Amino acid sequence: MIDFELEPQIVNALEVYHVTAEQTMRPISRHYDENEHEEPWQFWEASWAASHNPANAASEQPPAISRNLYTCLSTEELCWGDAGLFLSIPNPGLGGAAVAAAGTPEQKVRFLSRFRRGKPKWAAMAITEPGCGSDSAAITTTARRDGDAWVINGTKIFCTAGLMSAEKSEGFVVVWATVDRNAGRAGIKPFVVEHNTPRMTVVRVENKLGIRASDTAMLMFEDCRVPLHHLLGSPEVTPAGGFKDVMATFDATRPIVAAMAIGVGRAALDFVRDFFKRNNVSLRYGISPRRLTAVERDFMDMEVQLKAARLLTWRAAWMLDAGMRNNLEASMAKAKAGRAVTLITQKAVELLGPLGYSRKELVEKWMRDAKINDIFEGTQQINLMVIARRILGYSSKELN
Amino acid sequence: MISFDLDDEQKMVRDTVAAFAIEQVRPAARIADESGSIPSDLLAKAWDLGLVRGCLPENVGGYGGARAAVTGAIVAEELAYGDLSFALHALAPWLLAFPLIEMGTDAQRSRHLPPLATDRFVAATAALMEPAFDFDPADMSTTSRRTSGDYVINGAKCYVPLAGDSEIILVYAASSADSGFAGVDGFLVPRDSPGLKISGREENMGLKGLATFELTFDQCRVPAENRLGGEPGINFARLLSQSRVAMAAMAVGVARAAFDYARDYAKERKAFGAPIATKQAIAFMLAEMVIEVDAMRLLAWEAASWLDKGHDAVKQSYQARNYAAAAALMVADNAVQVLGGHGYIREHPVEMWLRNARAFGVIEGLAIV
Repeated sequence: MIDFELEPQIVNALEVYHVTAEQTMRPISRHYDENEHEEPWQFWEASWAASHNPANAASEQPPAISRNLYTCLSTEELCWGDAGLFLSIPNPGLGGAAVAAAGTPEQKVRFLSRFRRGKPKWAAMAITEPGCGSDSAAITTTARRDGDAWVINGTKIFCTAGLMSAEKSEGFVVVWATVDRNAGRAGIKPFVVEHNTPRMTVVRVENKLGIRASDTAMLMFEDCRVPLHHLLGSPEVTPAGGFKDVMATFDATRPIVAAMAIGVGRAALDFVRDFFKRNNVSLRYGISPRRLTAVERDFMDMEVQLKAARLLTWRAAWMLDAGMRNNLEASMAKAKAGRAVTLITQKAVELLGPLGYSRKELVEKWMRDAKINDIFEGTQQINLMVIARRILGYSSKELN
Repeated sequence: MISFDLDDEQKMVRDTVAAFAIEQVRPAARIADESGSIPSDLLAKAWDLGLVRGCLPENVGGYGGARAAVTGAIVAEELAYGDLSFALHALAPWLLAFPLIEMGTDAQRSRHLPPLATDRFVAATAALMEPAFDFDPADMSTTSRRTSGDYVINGAKCYVPLAGDSEIILVYAASSADSGFAGVDGFLVPRDSPGLKISGREENMGLKGLATFELTFDQCRVPAENRLGGEPGINFARLLSQSRVAMAAMAVGVARAAFDYARDYAKERKAFGAPIATKQAIAFMLAEMVIEVDAMRLLAWEAASWLDKGHDAVKQSYQARNYAAAAALMVADNAVQVLGGHGYIREHPVEMWLRNARAFGVIEGLAIV
């Protein structure tokens, strides 16, 4: 039955996330935005401890049936707090997701069980290179078999949590490299590179427009040797497996990125709404649109755009939980959310006048934080491409 | 609990109405638009589907089906996918029936519902929209004044579907100024009431198959027992929300029709050696269109499910209607664009859908769920 209402226990659980966002993230937001490369260890230790506290474990378990939906809901709350800090939280991340998607059972134990104990850890995924981002099949990083090791050569950029994963914790980086340039996509495989592996270097950490609390690293691999069993899945060059498996993880992560954007968008909307209330700007729902002030109309439009993005995101997540393929719907959610939240956060600054532009408030930061959601994990244009191929029944050869 | 699943009955209703709309209604759409009338045999077929009679209680001759706004939204979307004028005509009786069922007194229901439960289409309607460019249902110009045994109505309404053929017109009027939705009453006004003048048929840009009329009320007298709901009156905010959800759902149908048509055309039409769908400019337009069709539907369903749970849905239905109006216009406009010069000719349906789509941001109250 069509239903969009959250049951009370979910609402209560989200309230806990909201309190976390408000009390542990918002107060430090500005500091870590102004000090991009400072590490918020206190926040990280507290987050790690909270997610490893057995007392929290039971109450935090969502009903299994709605795991992906629940992740979107909690992600929205935490990103309402601070999207950069959210991304910086020690966790298996995209690297862990790659192991979960493409790894053997033994690899999953070897690489993932560490996240259940000990000190804070990070894992990252390294795909993008200086010469290719959207065209991920064109990567030039190579993996060459040499005796009992794979030897990796190449440069990766824009690796989220790359610094913390490669050097500053007992984590790892999943590197996409090709074992056979001539085989195209079929030759691209994911390789786990453990923290501090010799000849993997963090060349630099980027200075960004937003999400500054999250480290974005450039990694260089110069004859970097990793054990054979660090190749996730199968070493044979087969059309299926490897590249495709990891691409499939995007069907799960795209709704989450959409949810991140929605959290930031909602932060901006909430701020503007509160500001209007304090300044006696009324929002008259239901009256003729031609009687609304320009400001009312703008705000109401922002609000419904955010809701549209959220409903599309919930749908994509719900489909996964219901065991349905959601490739089309995940891209629709990401495309809508990325674009809508970019516009919402930009408009929020505008509606607030000088206050919106000032670094005394967080609204200008949210505009900067929002923009990345329309770019990473599949740009707006790539997502439109995915959608178009699906609705037209075209392959990547027919429409590109 | 969040769910995007239709239940089995809703799927059956959707599939039945969808098949009827595609096989029977759509082929008649262009002729209805050019000629200005709906074929009566098509109306009879829609009637036989039970779209109206199915929702009427058994004790007045209906089939007694349980009503739900979400199901109504599904019916509205699928019929509008066939043709908007037809959908508005075929579902016009809901404009009278649903407020009667939900808010009428027993006497009003037993008097005015049975005539709608016959075995052929009977016209019925409601008058909400007014001519002011900034018409606000919370600030109506059509007013009612109580006298000893009557109510006296003054004002003007427009875009009243099928008024020329409807025995009873449900007229919304404000009983007191500055009372917002709470001050709005509904009156069961017989067509031949003294003081009510029904104009000649309006001539509109779109909805050309639908007969709509202007009504003027000059000291129009209506018996007191015709005030809908008796003493307590009506919950106009809820009826308005139901109307806005219906319009939003119909907008989804029109938008989806435009998208499907443009997508299919783009796969066939070749330019520069390949189908135009293989060009990014066109492919991206289509991708953006399909996102909006789905977004519109989810917003309409959210408002509908809110109504079905008995919650206040003024904000949600307003949001859904406003979003759908803008999105349907964008999708229809893009559909014309995809067809290029051929989209401009009154042969492919896309120009008709653009004319129809513009109505959603302009006119209130043409439908209800």
